Amino acid sequence: MKTVIDAHNISKTFNPETIPVLAVDKVHLHLERGEFTALVGPSGSGKTTLLNLIGGLDKPDTGNILINGVDITLLSANALIDFRLHNIGFVFQSFNLIPVLTAKENVELIMQLQHSKRASIEKRVRALFQEIGLEDKMQTRPAQLSGGQQQRVAVARALAPKPQFVLADEPTANLDSKSAANLLDIMAKLNQEENITFIFSTHDARVIERARRVITLVDGQIHADTAHVETNVAHEGFSTNK
Amino acid sequence: MWLMKLAWKNMWRNRNRTAITIAAIFFAVILSVVTSSLQDGVFDNLIKNVVSFYSGYVQVHKQGYWDERILDNTFAQSGAVERKILQQKNISDIAPRLESFALASSEETTKGCMVTGISPEEENRITDLQRRVVAGEYLTADDRSVLVGQGLASRLGLQLHDTLVLIGQGYHGATAAGKYPIKGILKFGSPDLNDQSLFLSLPAAQEFYSAESMLTSYVLALRNPASLVGTADGVRAAIGNTYETMTWEEMMPEIIQHIRTDKGSMYIIQGILYMLICFGIIGTLLMMMVERKYEMGMLVALGMKKIKLMQLLLMESVLTVISGCVFGIMASVPIVYYLYKYPIRFTGEMAKVYEEFGFEPIFPASRDVNIFLTQGAIVLVLGLLLSLYPMIKVVQLDPIKAMKK
Ligand SMILES: Nc1ncnc2c1ncn2[C@@H]1O[C@H](COP(=O)(O)OP(=O)(O)OP(=O)(O)O)[C@@H](O)[C@H]1O
Ligand SMILES: [Mg+2]
Repeated sequence: MKTVIDAHNISKTFNPETIPVLAVDKVHLHLERGEFTALVGPSGSGKTTLLNLIGGLDKPDTGNILINGVDITLLSANALIDFRLHNIGFVFQSFNLIPVLTAKENVELIMQLQHSKRASIEKRVRALFQEIGLEDKMQTRPAQLSGGQQQRVAVARALAPKPQFVLADEPTANLDSKSAANLLDIMAKLNQEENITFIFSTHDARVIERARRVITLVDGQIHADTAHVETNVAHEGFSTNK
Repeated sequence: MWLMKLAWKNMWRNRNRTAITIAAIFFAVILSVVTSSLQDGVFDNLIKNVVSFYSGYVQVHKQGYWDERILDNTFAQSGAVERKILQQKNISDIAPRLESFALASSEETTKGCMVTGISPEEENRITDLQRRVVAGEYLTADDRSVLVGQGLASRLGLQLHDTLVLIGQGYHGATAAGKYPIKGILKFGSPDLNDQSLFLSLPAAQEFYSAESMLTSYVLALRNPASLVGTADGVRAAIGNTYETMTWEEMMPEIIQHIRTDKGSMYIIQGILYMLICFGIIGTLLMMMVERKYEMGMLVALGMKKIKLMQLLLMESVLTVISGCVFGIMASVPIVYYLYKYPIRFTGEMAKVYEEFGFEPIFPASRDVNIFLTQGAIVLVLGLLLSLYPMIKVVQLDPIKAMKK
């Protein structure tokens, strides 16, 4: 298996001068291609901070983060932006989409930033909308989409540039349980059929159930790291992780 | 191309805001074009008044004449001097004059007037005098009749073809007297000229003043009025110090002073106007940045380079500012044209000052294309300078902070 994320001894303290908050405390994290991993823990345990660090949105105070062999802690701010564009897919908790663009244009935007060819953009975007089951909503503006549909479009956008992994901070937090389940279905399907690597944080027990590996954070430290046996997603060609 | 499309869509995301910004720029352009064109129009009008109704751009006199404008300060007309003057490249025409005061009498009354002996054809080429004839005919080269201003004629109670008597003091104290039929009535915008001017042919004037072949001045017309001072210097060098060569600005410094003061206050008004417009635009920019902070943070998080984001914002600003400018210019064209066709006529103190100078008290608008371009460009540059603010914000943008609610 190919290593996608290799974070070594990373720590992050906020407000070191005033009231220091040790949000991530000497964490080691190793993720292989094709993983479907949930990051859980109580509020304030450091999930968002950790995801921001491995997503290259923030820099750790100590330690190294290797994504696909590149130490992103050494990259300049500009190089880091470019690295994110080509290597990391993001799904945020809400308001993922640019309101003035249609669903399709939102997904295209990322590939346009990558200077992809018009024809290949067209082909890939169409395929992605098929995957998320929203071919009929391609020309719709985000305001006319439900929260669940918006999150699915966000998943399509995250996948468009063929990233090393997709990172999602509480992607279902603003969804009703049916939409949440539906989003998880799509993510799980992409994971199994296309071997897409996902790491997402969540508080939702039903979402945790779907993960094949669950990392529990407490006070910025990894408290538990367990492999799940799949229970409620039946499919074939499924390989156990790790 | 897709960036352009996104910029275009962003412009319409908040129609009101874009409309307010465009409207602010629109009115800024209109106001600044109209004020500038009025200002330049007044300036041009002053010069035109001075130059074409009266002084010409440059005059040549006997040295010392301008300080003491009497007939004893005349000089003999000289073909050699005229040739030297006409050799100056920028001089297009030259007209000789003999000017002095006299009393004009009808059977009823007597009024003071300014008698100007002119060479009708040359004079007409410079000051367009023939066009001012509203009744009767223009003078011929050695006419023995006169043209009088409308106001003078009516103050004397005279009409076309009536006869008036001129009495005055001639060259070296000689007595000057003569009887002349009125050949034409002239109409001037300036009340001064209208009420006091009287024109004779040059030979008739010289005879009347006993100043055979003498002149008080040569009035010169320039091909390119912009190089006024240089041309005057050239003439001065060519004809030497027995003559004084003066530009209209030197002859009437109070007019230049007046124009400067006027321009100064106009600049202040325009400056205040621009500042108000700038505050309006800054307001909408602040609103826009607050509204789109999250989204811009997200774009950078997703991998949009800041320079790209800045390009996007710049495109939006350019589109907004340019539309405002273009609409503004389009709307100001008819306004300026109207003000050119129907100049604002003012009254009161201001009007009196103008009339004292001998000008029509009007604010004509200048139709100079440069005004539209310059004012449009100023607003454009201001708009673009203001759009630096969002760009600076983008440079400082931290995606995590921007996306925090
Ligand atoms: N920008 C910041 N400045 C100061 N403290 C911060 C900042 N961001 C996070 N923290 C603190 O760091 C700790 C970890 O926060 P983090 O947001 O990573 O937790 P979390 O696990 O994502 O919580 P939640 O489940 O509520 O989203 C918290 O104590 C939080 O208050
Ligand atoms: Mg969080």
